[in-house]
Amino acid sequence: MAEAAESPGDPGTATPRPLFAGLSDISISQDIPVEGEITIPMRSRIREFDSSTLNESVQNTIMRDLKAVGKKFMHVLYPRKSNTLLRDWDLWGPLILCVTLALMLQRGSVDSEKDGGPQFAEVFVIVWFGAVTITLNSKLLGGNISFFQSLCVLGYCILPLTVAMLVCRLVLLAEQGPINFMVRLFVVILMFAWSIVASTAFLADSQPPNRKALAVYPVFLFYFVISWMILTFTP
Amino acid sequence: ALREFADTATSLAANADATTISIEDPGETPKRQSGPSRGSGREEDDELLGNDDSDKTELLAGQKKSSPFWTFEYYQTFFDVDTYQVFDRIKGSLLPIPGKNFVRLYIRSNPDLYGPFWICATLVFAIAISGNLSNFLIHLGEKTYHYVPEFRKVSIAATVIYAYAWLVPLALWGFLVWRNSKVMNIVSYSFLEIVCVYGYSLFIYIPTAILWIIPQKAVRWILVMIALGISGSVLAMTFWPAVREDNRRVALATIVTIVLLHMLLSVGCLFSLTVWEVRLFGHGIHCRKAE
Repeated sequence: MAEAAESPGDPGTATPRPLFAGLSDISISQDIPVEGEITIPMRSRIREFDSSTLNESVQNTIMRDLKAVGKKFMHVLYPRKSNTLLRDWDLWGPLILCVTLALMLQRGSVDSEKDGGPQFAEVFVIVWFGAVTITLNSKLLGGNISFFQSLCVLGYCILPLTVAMLVCRLVLLAEQGPINFMVRLFVVILMFAWSIVASTAFLADSQPPNRKALAVYPVFLFYFVISWMILTFTP
Repeated sequence: ALREFADTATSLAANADATTISIEDPGETPKRQSGPSRGSGREEDDELLGNDDSDKTELLAGQKKSSPFWTFEYYQTFFDVDTYQVFDRIKGSLLPIPGKNFVRLYIRSNPDLYGPFWICATLVFAIAISGNLSNFLIHLGEKTYHYVPEFRKVSIAATVIYAYAWLVPLALWGFLVWRNSKVMNIVSYSFLEIVCVYGYSLFIYIPTAILWIIPQKAVRWILVMIALGISGSVLAMTFWPAVREDNRRVALATIVTIVLLHMLLSVGCLFSLTVWEVRLFGHGIHCRKAE
């Protein structure tokens, strides 16, 4: 150690004392090894990594996030017990789905203000406050899932109901009548069941075993209310 | 032997706190299976430590509410119920047996906020949806009827029901505390226990609201009477022991007020559905279409 320290400040003359001469006088007990490794090249590698995401094209950035969202959509449509939704949660998907659903539930007619269907803000509030309430409920019951993971799962599992909304809007373009209603009812019930199965597949494992029903019932109520709003939509 | 049972009691209490750590086998044990074993364990404990019931519950209550109110654990103590317990409490609210006190029998110093909150939420949506459906069925077949979902009902119903479920217990608790300071009562309830009783007593209105879809006036009135009878008697039998020691007139007045407020709620719900219909009918579907 003393040799390495002396070499940079290598004086030609003997009169100036070497830089760290008194180091050996400092009482460091022999027991404590003071050693380590400083590897300078790591720093340049980190800087290189940073600039690579900073300098990449906007398309790359957007496509990466879109691919992550798309992958999660696939996981919702074919619910298997996997951790992808839970591990890398993001709230882009829920936001896209919520905005789409709220926009499609708009009536766009003149008398939409009084006593009509839910406004955009109402749908938004119901979805987000409902998800927050369910998350708080499952955490209070002793579940070990994080707040945003649960929001992520609940938001993504609205996907089947958004698909139902699309189908209902298309079906409503045909003539009204009982058959029309039956078709819509069937589609909504199917998608409602799909949402429940998907979200239970992800959420049920995080609850203590004797409280699973207590945690799943609010999810059932949440999707039931959204399905009701979709079913009763008339343009 | 007594020490052994005390140990199991403390270990049971410790187990109740340790529900977040899922050490139990991860198999799909249905709640029914784990339910009765756990319930019978507690029954045995309570029966064996018969006289010390109040001591033990006081100790447990002290153990549970030890966290300060700004931590998350404090609020977790209000959700410390299992599925079978919630079902038991709902069953108790549907079958009022004279002489059996709902609080003593089912709540036993473990009041929960899960039941009241979610029963009120379900009731709000049940009322809104059934009101919607009953309107729709009444005007079924009329070509000029334009169906509207009437989303405003949800907000109003939510405000009314949640206000009832929280403000009336608050007033009742304050009143009981005030009377307690004047007359020594044997039985006294905490605020959360009163909220719990009121919340669970509202459960009977959920099937009532669903059956309201039937458009016959007579059927509706009979349903409301039955619901009022059941939940009113649950409330009356719960609070009678708390005011029994008091002045006769004050006790009777308290019970009558409780039942009266409950009647106001149920009749209010009924009127909220029929009045809206009348308005739609009288005002005009004609007026509506004319716009």
